This record gives sequence, C-alpha cells and structure tokens, in this order.
Amino acid sequence: MINKILATGAPPFGPHLLSVSGLSPEVLTGILDTAESFLEVGHQTVKKVPVLRGKTLVNLFYESSTRTRSSFEIAAKRLSADVINVSPTQSSVTKGESLLDTVRTIEALGADGLVIRHPSSGAPAFVADRLRCHVINGGDGCHQHPTQALLDLFTIRKRMGRIEGLKVAIVGDILHSRVARSNIMTLARMGAHVRLVAPPTLIPPGIRTWPVEVYHRLDEGIRGCDVVMALRLQLERAAGGYIPSVSEYARLYGINADVLDRLAPGALVLHPGPVNRGVEISGEEGFADRSAILSQVEFGVSVRMAVLYLLMGGGSEEAFPDKGGKE
Amino acid sequence: MRDREGESLFVRNVRFFDPAEGVSGFGNVLIRDGRVESLGNVSPSGTVREIDGNGGLLFPGFVDLHAHFREPGFEYKETIASGSHAAVAGGFTAVCVMANTDPVNDTADVTRAILERARDVGRARVFPIGAVTRGLGGEHLTEMGRLSEAGCIAFSDDGKPVATSRMLRRALEYSRLFARPVIDHCEDPELSNRGVMNEGSVSSELGLSGIPNASEEVCVARDLSVLEASGGRLHVAHLSTAGAVRMVREAKRRNLPVTAETCPHYFSLTDEAVRCHGTHAKMNPPLRREEDRLAVIEGLKDGTIDVIATDHAPHASHEKEQEFDRAPFGIIGLETAFSVSLELVREGHLTLAELVYRLSARPAAIFGLPVGRLVPGGLADLVLVDLSGEWKAGSRGYFSKSRNSPYTGSVMKGKILRTIVGGRLVYDSEGEGCG
Repeated sequence: MINKILATGAPPFGPHLLSVSGLSPEVLTGILDTAESFLEVGHQTVKKVPVLRGKTLVNLFYESSTRTRSSFEIAAKRLSADVINVSPTQSSVTKGESLLDTVRTIEALGADGLVIRHPSSGAPAFVADRLRCHVINGGDGCHQHPTQALLDLFTIRKRMGRIEGLKVAIVGDILHSRVARSNIMTLARMGAHVRLVAPPTLIPPGIRTWPVEVYHRLDEGIRGCDVVMALRLQLERAAGGYIPSVSEYARLYGINADVLDRLAPGALVLHPGPVNRGVEISGEEGFADRSAILSQVEFGVSVRMAVLYLLMGGGSEEAFPDKGGKE
Repeated sequence: MRDREGESLFVRNVRFFDPAEGVSGFGNVLIRDGRVESLGNVSPSGTVREIDGNGGLLFPGFVDLHAHFREPGFEYKETIASGSHAAVAGGFTAVCVMANTDPVNDTADVTRAILERARDVGRARVFPIGAVTRGLGGEHLTEMGRLSEAGCIAFSDDGKPVATSRMLRRALEYSRLFARPVIDHCEDPELSNRGVMNEGSVSSELGLSGIPNASEEVCVARDLSVLEASGGRLHVAHLSTAGAVRMVREAKRRNLPVTAETCPHYFSLTDEAVRCHGTHAKMNPPLRREEDRLAVIEGLKDGTIDVIATDHAPHASHEKEQEFDRAPFGIIGLETAFSVSLELVREGHLTLAELVYRLSARPAAIFGLPVGRLVPGGLADLVLVDLSGEWKAGSRGYFSKSRNSPYTGSVMKGKILRTIVGGRLVYDSEGEGCG
C-alpha cells in the first residue's frame, strides 16, 4: 500500500495548506492521484495505514463543524496519527486567551500538524507565520476552504472522468463563501469554465479580475452546465439585507429536479453541506442519480488523507520506518 | 517648549529654506530667547551654544494636524512623552492631538492636563484638539468656549464622524464664535458596516469585508452641504478616495471654507499592501486602489489637499498581533512621514518647496498656530535634514511606544538630523538610540 502511494510521485507542496492559490495543476493532480490510492484504504477491513504513526494532529475548530472536523479526524486516524480535538468552548479560549497564545500552547504540547477553522479570514496564515508545525486551513472566514475545493475537484473528476473543459456553475452566496473562492481557483486552474450565479448583492465587489462569468439568473447561469454546485445559504443573510427573504431566494436560486431537467439534464449536483433542504436544494430524490453530495463526504476522507500524508509524511525518512510496507 | 525661558543657540553652516516666506539662503542662524533673531551672514554674539549644521537643509519644523498620543487612558500604546519623542525624531515640532483619549478631551481639565504634561516633557509643542460632542457620543456639544480658553485649537470627534448632520451643523455654527475649525473623520458607518479594509478585488480575494469609497464620499458630501448652509470652517481629515478629492476640489472652487489633509500612506501604498503587511496595513480610512492613490497625489499637487498629516495611531503589539478583523485600525506615522513624503519630490509630483509648505506653514495657518515659519522674529522651531541620507525604518526601533508600521524594514531616503524647538535641541540623530 505505502509503496503504491509513494509511486504516485505527487509533487510536494507545503509546509502548509493555507490557500489553493499557489497550487499548480501538477500539484493538484498529484493530490487527487494520491487521494485515489487512499480510497482503497477505506474499503479494507482494517482501515489503517501506518504512514503518520507517532505524529500528532490537532483539530482546532473555532466554528462548529461536523463533517470537516470528523473527516480530518478519520483521515488522520486512518493514517495512524494521534488526533486531538480542541474546540474553543471547552478550552482557555473562553477565558480570553488570544489565538496566538492558544496555538503556541498547542504547538508546545507537541503537535506536528494543526487543522484550524476560524471565523476570521486569514487566521490560518497568521498562525502559520508564527509556528513551526504544519498548518492546514480547515476554513477561514470568507477566505478559503482548500480541502473542500480539493474534494470537490476529486468528486468531479471521479464522477465525470475529467475536469478540463467542463462547465461548472457555482450558485448562491458567493460573497461570503470560502468554498466558492477556493473552488473558483482550483477549477479554473484545471481548465474548467466557471460560472457564478447569484443575486447582485451576493457577488463580491471587484470580481472583474476573476476567471469567471457572472450570471444573476439561474436559468441563464446553469443552462448547459456539466456541474452545478449549490452553496449553503446562511439564513441570517435575509436579516443583513442581502436578500429580501429566504423563500424568495429558494424560488429564484433553488435547485430541484424540474430546473435540472429543463436546463442541465446531465449535470452533477454538488453541495458542501450541510444542506438547507427546501432552500438551496429541494427534492433531491428526484435527481438522486445526479447528486454527488454523499460522494463528496466519502471522498473527503481520502482527499484529507492525501493532504495530511503529503504535508506531514511525504518525503520524510522518519515517516517511513517500514518502507517495505507490512500492513 | 518653555517659551519664556526659551533658549539661545547658534546654528552654523546650514542652507535655510522656508518657501512660505520666500526665505532661502546659506549661512548661520542666530536664535535668542527661543526665537530666530537673524539669518544668513551672521556671527555668534556673546556666549551662545553652537551647533554645526554641516551644510544640511534647515526647514521650519513640521506641523502635524492629526496624531493620537493616547494619554490620558491608553499609556500602554503611547504617552505624551513617547509621542513627542517620535514627533521630533520625525522632524515634527508641533503636533495636534486628537480627543479620543480616556477620559475624552471634552473638558478644560483634560486639555490643561495634556498641556501641562507636554510642557513637562518639553520636546514637541502639543496642541490639543477638543471633542465636538461630550464623550464623542454625538449628542451634546462640548463647552467649546472653555475648551478654547484652555488651549484647544480645533474640535473633532475623530475616530468616528460627527454623528449626525444636525450635530455637525450646530458644531460648525457654534465654533464660529471662537474661529476654530471642526475636523471631521468622514465615514458613513452604515456603508462601512464593520468593514476592515478597502472594498475591492483584494478584499474579495482575501475574504475580508470591505469599506467602499462611497463610505467616505457620502460623508464628505454631507459635510460640504452642511458647511455651505452653516458657515464655520471645516477641515476634512485623512482624504483617501478619488471621489472625496473631487468633491473638495469643487467645493474650494466655490470658495467654501474647507481645508483637507491626507496621510503619507494614502499616496504611497494601496490595498495590495494588506497582503504582505497584514494588520500593519490596517487603518481607517483604509488603503485604497491605485486610482485613488494617484488622485490623492493630484489633490496635493493642485492644492485641493492642503496638508500632509500623519494620523499617527499607535497600538500595542498584542493588539495588532491578532486576526485581521479583530485588530484595531491605525498605524504610527510621525517618524516616517517626511521620508515617505519626500518620495513625491523625487518622483516629480511636488517641488521641495511645495512639500515643506504642506508640512509646515500651511498646516500652521489652517489651525492658526504661531509656528511653521523660519523668519526673524518667529519661533525657533526648526528641523535639519539630509535629503539624500538613507536609513532603514524601524531598524533601531521607534521612539514611539508602538511599532505598528507597514514601513518597518523599508530603506528610506531623507534623514532628520536635528530638531530644535524654541531654540532647544530636542532631537539629535547622532546622540541617541531609540527607547
């Protein structure tokens, strides 16, 4: 198994994964190929490989998260790392400790890697500049969510067989979406045509320089698309005046079987979760064959295994005490 | 400082230059009792202390219309002592300090305490700016009469705009009684909506909430309309957008009693600086786009923008070493302002005369301060500079208590050699390291 992973020859990146902005198509492909080989691990009876044995990964989540945190935890455990979850409600953060003091303490405790999710854009880069351990951005504010974009890329490649040349529509609250920002970069870099579909209030200002086409009407935006990625709508956006009401949003931008059949009959539907049923997506059973939402979750574990392995284990001698592979 | 006991000094071998007074020449300067007695081919009379200028340029001391010295209340960021030291190290001999201290400078007692402290420190001259409204609360005018008598030279709720157009109108009207300007920090908080940097492609990419140009411009438009109706004198703080420059230009063309300042960062940096300087490039108004930067330079060239002020805003490192959106707005500026501004001369945007005017005589005239001139009979507040001298910002630390500057590590041209206030040598670049 390990030999097979090493044989993918994925080009190295790191020491951190803070944003997808610096990742070349070769690096992206290397991560996807590595994830592909890890996919098998999940199908074995003993779902573990020893590549990160003796390493400690800390999940530091300042925002609630089920799937991302569990996904990182499962990924790290399958790589035989020790995992500790720190969430601010039960830590000294509630006593007013600064982010910097918190992460320095975690590092001093012996963490080799830190997955951080934080409501402030730029927080992972801020701590990475001041730490020696590997820092992985688990989602920061409205900035980046690199592993989500990688798992979306993986899901699209797996289900559609390619990425280059596909028309991908990202629908919803682009303005506040770190998922959209990361996906726009990775998809464009891999040769997909990216469309953004949102009301003008939810399109980021100054977007002219981005490699995207902007649409405001759903029917125009998703017509003929190969992939439709719906974003989660934070329900408080209505209170912020970005949309008049959630129900009007659902009527104008909701994805359902009718819309898909009419405009993009073959399109794969993605959603980073958790889904507001009846808002971004309704009647998923009507297009179950085209929904990749659970595949995203499953593939997410392999993609995160690949990221952790390439950052924390790849190339380092001590990571491979048993180079022959003796699972 | 101590005017009455002002000192005597003989400055030998300088090129003295005050464009506002048409003073320019080479020779010596004789200072007696804190005032310039004569310039040029003069010799020391009696036994006065001498310093050798080594052929350096001698300007009137710079005058900063906008700084935060944080005392009383936030002495961990800056004190009147450390702020004054930073000022003279940057060539500023007079500094107007904003009212957003704790307690706010909204009573004569606070004003007098600031002045007394500044006198004890005895470096730069400090001119307090009183609050427009009590506690900066936006609801009740301060007792501008008492504040003026105590020594306030202008009024501002800086940190935020005068809260309502009605309050601004009353402030402009009432301040006419004392012929003091009202300074406004122009921002529409509704449009800023907790933004943390300039709104545009950079903020969108970084996922940081933006402050649009319109936030400043809506408020400038409000202020100019109110000014036209109310009379009084309006000074617009830290202009940063092309639209705001355009509106002030148009208002001046119609002879409205408005003046304006900008700060070195608005004509030397853009919002791209946030990428590499992080919270040290976070201030309000924020660094704007290149178009705005160029418009600010145009404004300085044609006189729409009267003066360069620093908006020196010290913050402790534990406050700036935070997540971007949590860190406070503001950067220090007194020690780098001249060198950064000199770049405008080197790039051919301003003449040296224009730059010196916008740093000395012009700001002094706007607030009616008795400084900023290098003439016989004038206060001997002077700065000796070496225009080609290079130094690296922050390499020896700063005299300010804080170090929140995007310029740290930049190699700068234009070195402050010595600073004289009231005939006293208050800064000597040879003589001291940073605190």
